[in-house]
Amino acid sequence: MATEFVARGQDLELVGIHKEFPGFTAIENLDLKIPAGEFFALLGPSGCGKTTTLRIVAGLEEASRGKVLIGGKDVTASKPHERPVNTVFQSYALFPHMSIVENVAFGLRQRKVSDPLAKATEALQLVELEHLALRKPQQLSGGQQQRVALARALVNRPALLLLDEPLGALDLKLRRQMQVELKAIQMEVGLTFLHVTHDQEEAMDMADTVAVMNKGEIEQMGAPEALYDRPKTAFVARFLGQSNIFVGDVVEENDHSISISCNGQRIAAPKKRSEKHSGKVALGVRPEKATFHEQKPDLDSNHNLVGPGEIIDIRFTGVSNQYLIDVPGFGDITVFAQNVGKSPVVELGAQVWVSWKVEHAFGLSDLPLKADNDEA
Amino acid sequence: MAFVALGQGSAGNSAAPTKASRVAFILLAPGMIYLGLFFLTPLVSLVITSLKTASFTGEIGMYDYGFQVSNYAYALEQYLPQITRSFVYALIATLMALLISYPIAYFIGVKARAKPILQAFLLTLVIAPFFISFLLRTFAWKQIFSNESPATQFLQSIGVLAPDQYVIGSSFAVIAGLTYNFIPFMTLPIYTSLERLDTRLVEAGADLYATPAQTFWKVTFPLSLPGVISGTLLTFIPISGDYVSASRDFLGGSDTAMIGNVVEANFFRIQDYPTASALSVMLMAAIVVLVSVYVRKSGTEELL
Repeated sequence: MATEFVARGQDLELVGIHKEFPGFTAIENLDLKIPAGEFFALLGPSGCGKTTTLRIVAGLEEASRGKVLIGGKDVTASKPHERPVNTVFQSYALFPHMSIVENVAFGLRQRKVSDPLAKATEALQLVELEHLALRKPQQLSGGQQQRVALARALVNRPALLLLDEPLGALDLKLRRQMQVELKAIQMEVGLTFLHVTHDQEEAMDMADTVAVMNKGEIEQMGAPEALYDRPKTAFVARFLGQSNIFVGDVVEENDHSISISCNGQRIAAPKKRSEKHSGKVALGVRPEKATFHEQKPDLDSNHNLVGPGEIIDIRFTGVSNQYLIDVPGFGDITVFAQNVGKSPVVELGAQVWVSWKVEHAFGLSDLPLKADNDEA
Repeated sequence: MAFVALGQGSAGNSAAPTKASRVAFILLAPGMIYLGLFFLTPLVSLVITSLKTASFTGEIGMYDYGFQVSNYAYALEQYLPQITRSFVYALIATLMALLISYPIAYFIGVKARAKPILQAFLLTLVIAPFFISFLLRTFAWKQIFSNESPATQFLQSIGVLAPDQYVIGSSFAVIAGLTYNFIPFMTLPIYTSLERLDTRLVEAGADLYATPAQTFWKVTFPLSLPGVISGTLLTFIPISGDYVSASRDFLGGSDTAMIGNVVEANFFRIQDYPTASALSVMLMAAIVVLVSVYVRKSGTEELL
C-alpha cells in the first residue's frame, strides 16, 4: 500500500474509536468522517484527546477499540510505515544527522521512488527553502524547520496529511504567515489535511470543517461560520470565541421563540436556534452582537435587554474595545464595540444597559459548568 | 572555563597578563605539573631507553645511551606475531563487546526510560563488576574454564572439545576474558548516547515508510554513533595493551601472548629494556594512528 504513489487525497473514516490509557480514557467512542481533499481541523484544549486521535490515524498509537479506514481500506492493523499517511510533528522531528534535502528525501528513498533528490528539491522550492538544502536542521530557525517538516511530509503526496499543532512553536506573525501558506499549499496539491490545534483562530481561519473536541468526545462539528454562529454546547460557545451565557427556566414558548426568565428579566432566543425548549435552559449571545446604551432604550420585542449594569473593565484591542459590564443578577457581560468612531464614549463605572437582537441569540443543549467559565 | 579565560587573556590583551589569565594559570598548574611529572617525563625516558645500545661491558641489563634505531626493527621482526595477535584479539573482543553491549544499552537507555527504578537497577548491574578487582574476576574465569571444571567437562562431553582439549590457554579463553572485562566500558557510553535519543525521531522514521529495522539503521544507530565510537575506543585501546587475560598466569597459554606480555617479559625477565621500550612506543604510535583514522573515517568529529 505504501508503495503506490497517491496523487490525490483520500477520505478518512474513524469508526467507534476508543482509547484507554492506564487510569483514564483518552477517547470515547469517536466516529468521524473526513471527505477527500478537505482541510479538517480537530480543535480542543490540551488533554482533550485530539493528539491521541491523530496518533491513532498515523498508527503510532493503537486504539483499544474501533476501526480506521483510509480511502475505504481498513488500516487498523497496519503498522505506521504501511499507512499512506504522513505527519508534520509538533516538534518537527527532523533527523539531526541528515541534511535538509536528505530529510525531505527520506520517505521517497524508503519507497524507492525514482530520482528522490530532484523531487525533494522540488518540495523544498514549494516551501522556498531550496537554498538551504545542504544545511543541517539545527542550523535553521524554528519557522524554517517547520517548513522542512511540511516539505518532508508533502513530498510523499500522502493520501492524508496529519498536522500535529505544527505552528505552535512559532511567533504570532510567522504563524499567520504559515497559516496562509499552508492553506495555499493544501489548495494547490489537493490533499486531505487533518490538522490538530488548540488555537481556535487558526482552526477557523484555515479549515473547511472544524470539529471541537472535549474530554475525548467531539462536541460539535461543522463549517467554522456555522459553528461560530450557532454553538450547541456551552463548551463550544466558550472555546470557539467568547460568549455571554444566561441560564433560566423557560417561561414562554411560541412558534418562533422561547423565553427564559433570568433574575426577573426575560431573555428570548429563536426556537430554531435553540437545542432545548423546556426546563432550565442556557441562552447565549456573542459579545460583538451586543450593544450597550447609556440610557435605558425603548426597544421592541425583537430585542433582549438587560441592565442597568456598571462598566468594570475596558480593554483596548486595536480594532475594537472590549467592555466588561457587571449586571447584578446576570454576572459579567462582555461587549465588543468596533473602533469606528460611532460607539458611545463611556468611562469606567458608567451605568449602562445591554441589548441584542433576539435573532442573534442561541440556545444551548447543556448548562455551563464552572470549569467552562474559567476557560473562557 | 580555564581554557577560555587563558585564551582571552593571551589573545585579547598582549601587554600585561590580566587577572583572569593569572587565575587560569593557577587553576591549570596542578594538572600541568601532574602531566609533566607523570606523563611527559616517563614518555621521554621511554623513548630514550628505546634507543639505548647494549652496554660496553656486555653485562646483562646494563645499557648505554645511544641512537640505535635498529632496536625498533629488531622488536618488530622478533615479535611481529604477538603484535598482530594483539590487534586481532583487540578487534574481535571489541566487536564482541559491541554486539553484547548495544542491546543492553538500548534496553536500559530507551526501553527502560519509563521506569527509572528499573533503569537505575540495570545500570548498577552493568557497573557492579567494578566493585571487584579485575584480577580477581579474571581468576574467577580461570576457575570456570579450568581443566576440571564442570563447564570444560560439559564441553568435552558434548563433543565441542576433544577429551584432551581444554579451554584455558586457548585464544577463545583470552578473547572471552578480554570481552568480559571491557563490556562496561562499551555499555556506558552507548547508554549515554541512547538515553538522549529522541524517540519522536523513531516515530518520524516509521511515519516516513521505514520498517523498524530500517529506522534502526538509518536513524537510531547513526544517532548513537558518538557512544559507539567512544565505547569502541575505550575498549580497543586498553585491550591492545592488556597483558592480564593473555598471561599464562590467567587465561592464556604458550601461543596467546600479546604485546603486553612481551613487554613484561622483556622488562622483567630478559631485562632487554630497549626492546621493551621500542615495543611500547610502537604500540602507542600504532594506536594513535588507528584511532585517528577511525575517528576521521566514521565522520563523527563534530558529534564527539
